[in-house]
This record gives sequence, structure tokens and C-alpha cells, in this order.
Amino acid sequence: MNHLCACPHCDALHRRPALRRGEKALCVRCGSVLVRRHRLAPDHILALVVAAVMVFAIANAFPIVDLRIQGLRGGTTLSGAVAALWSEGRQPMAMLVCATTQVFPLLDLGCMLALLLTASRPGRPAWFGPLLRFVQEMRPWGMVEVFMLGVVVSLVKLSGMATILPGKALLAFALLTVLMAAILSFHPHQLWNEPEHE
Amino acid sequence: MSAAEAGLMACGHCGQIMEHRDGPIACPRCGGSVRPRKPASLSRTWALLLTAIILYVPANLLPIMETSSLLVTSRDTIIGGVVYFWHSGSPGLAALIFSVSILVPVLKMCILAILALTVQFGWPLDRRQCITLFHVIEFVGRWSMLDVFVVALMVGLVRFKGLAVIEAGPGAIAFGLVVALTMLATHSFDPRLIWDSPRRALG
Repeated sequence: MNHLCACPHCDALHRRPALRRGEKALCVRCGSVLVRRHRLAPDHILALVVAAVMVFAIANAFPIVDLRIQGLRGGTTLSGAVAALWSEGRQPMAMLVCATTQVFPLLDLGCMLALLLTASRPGRPAWFGPLLRFVQEMRPWGMVEVFMLGVVVSLVKLSGMATILPGKALLAFALLTVLMAAILSFHPHQLWNEPEHE
Repeated sequence: MSAAEAGLMACGHCGQIMEHRDGPIACPRCGGSVRPRKPASLSRTWALLLTAIILYVPANLLPIMETSSLLVTSRDTIIGGVVYFWHSGSPGLAALIFSVSILVPVLKMCILAILALTVQFGWPLDRRQCITLFHVIEFVGRWSMLDVFVVALMVGLVRFKGLAVIEAGPGAIAFGLVVALTMLATHSFDPRLIWDSPRRALG
């Protein structure tokens, strides 16, 4: 039954289309995207994932901004902000921020690394299916791009009361946002239908 | 023709097509559990959605941020932040925060309620438009977390002992939970139900 596919949004049955890179097929009944094939090959996405892991480390290791008010200096890394929330008794919020900006994006990158490394080889390991399902379930919870917008809003908010010097992590977060957008546009789903040799 | 009408069903994880069964079976390709439709989709959606609607009240009434400096302590609610940006000469940011913190969550909860009611009572709405609405709320839901991140950053950044300290208010937790709950509610809603309803089979 590999020549058939069903629309995930309306269950309409279609003959599975053969797509070239960069093409997508729309459902004739509801108009949703039925299947898509990314412009980049899995190997290229793998390169982006490796780059994103390195940028992710930089983004979390250095302060996002330095703040100066009347001779006093302040600044924070992302984990510093989470720790501040935690210590003032806002544990649920600290966990929410930590999960959406650190844990889930890092897990996503780690899983994609493992999946892409094994996808091109013949014969997939037993954990391939469960890991792929896991990535799809948790993907909506990684919110690096929303966080980046939050950084911009915070800077505008603080610009009235303090001198702000952009930190190293600010650039890294901007870069990470772009890389993540490219990686997330590759739905791991399509690894199932990617021809093993091309 | 839908897969269900053809006596088939698709794996929700990998798309593999297999024969229709009523109980859950393991997908032969990816090993995931497959059912023709998401289990208890409507009741789960309703439960999560109603919890989110209830929590949305404290999220808006309680302060999300408490700023204390030498002289004054101020408490900001979500709408207070919008008003602050509007008056301090950043109407663009005010509009942005208004959209993601008030407009998007309210619209999202309304749309989800309409979709759930459509399935429940077989409302004669255009199915294609319903699917479009579903894609919209799926896409915009996460952006509502913006205010939670702004509060977290402000708390982390502004720690000047004796001069100024910013603390997260209880409203921020409530609002974060509203966003998370509406995302879960959207996830548990099965859009295929919109097309299943027998009353509109011809439409």
C-alpha cells in the first residue's frame, strides 16, 4: 500500500506523488499540504544541524546583553534569567522558559543529528522510528524564534532606563534563529519517503 | 474518497497506509500506535480549552511583572504593558504585544471552540475554511509566549540591589499556562473529524 497516502487533515486518499526536491503536493479536497520534499538533501540539513549545535553553545554560554545604570553593571545569560526566576519562587515559569528555549531546541537538534546520520544508510536501527515520533511530538515546544523576538522587545523596553551593550550571545541567538528556521522547515516525516540512494 | 471509507487508515506519525481496525495497532513501518482517529479528540479538546479559558481571567487581571525601584513599586498587567509602549512612543511594539498577547489567544480559543462545536453539532460551515482556520491557530499559537519570555529576560537583566529589581508576577505563570494549554488543545483536536460528519456528507 506504499503507493497511497492519506491527507493528515481531512483523510482524503491520494496516490502518492513522486516529488522532486523543493516540491510539495496539496490535498485536492482540503487544500492542505499533503507531502513535501525539502529543497536541501538530508546531508545538507545535517551540516546545518552541526552548525546550529555550535551556535547554540555560544548563545547559552555568553551574556545576551550588558546593562549599565548609573555606574552599576548588570547582564544575564539565558540560564541566568532562568535561575533568577527559580530563586524568586517562580519555578513553573522557570521550567517553562528553560524547556521552550533550551531543553526542547537542544533535544530537537540532538535527535535530528542522530536521525540524519543514520537515514542515508541501508537498514535503519530499531530506535529510528520511536526517535522520529518523539521529534515530531516535541517540535512545537521549541521556541527559539519567539524568544528572539522577546529579546528585541526587552531591549526596547530597557533602552529608556539603561545603557545597553549587545553581548556575544545576542548575535549567536540571531544566527540560531535563522539556522533553526531552515532546519525546522525539513520535516523529519519525509525521511520515510526519501530514496535511500540517489 | 477518504481513507476511512476505503477501509484504510494512515499512521499519524509516518503516513503509512494500512487496513482499518477499530482498536489501536502498531504501525508496521515506524512502530507507533495507530488509530483511525485521535482517541477522545473532542472531549480532550474541550477539557483543555475550558481550563485555558478559565485561566485566561487571572492571566489578564493579575500583574505579570512587578518593578520595584528606590521610590516606587509598580505592577504591570498585560494590557498595562501595551498601554506603556503606546504612550512611550513605540506604537509598533504596542501593536505587536497586543496582537500576540491578547488578540491571538482570544482568537485562538474562539476558533477552536467554533471548530469543536462544528464537529459536535454538525454546523454547516465551509469545511475548507475550517481547515484553513485550523492551520492558522496551529501556526500562531506559539508566538503568544512572547510576553512570558520578555518578563523572564527583564527579571534576569534588571537585578540591581537597592536600586531596581524586577520580579515575575503570578499573571505571567497563568498566561504561560494558557498558551501551553491552548497548544495542547489544538494538538488533541483531530481536523479529520470536520470531514467525517455524516450530516454534511454531500456538502
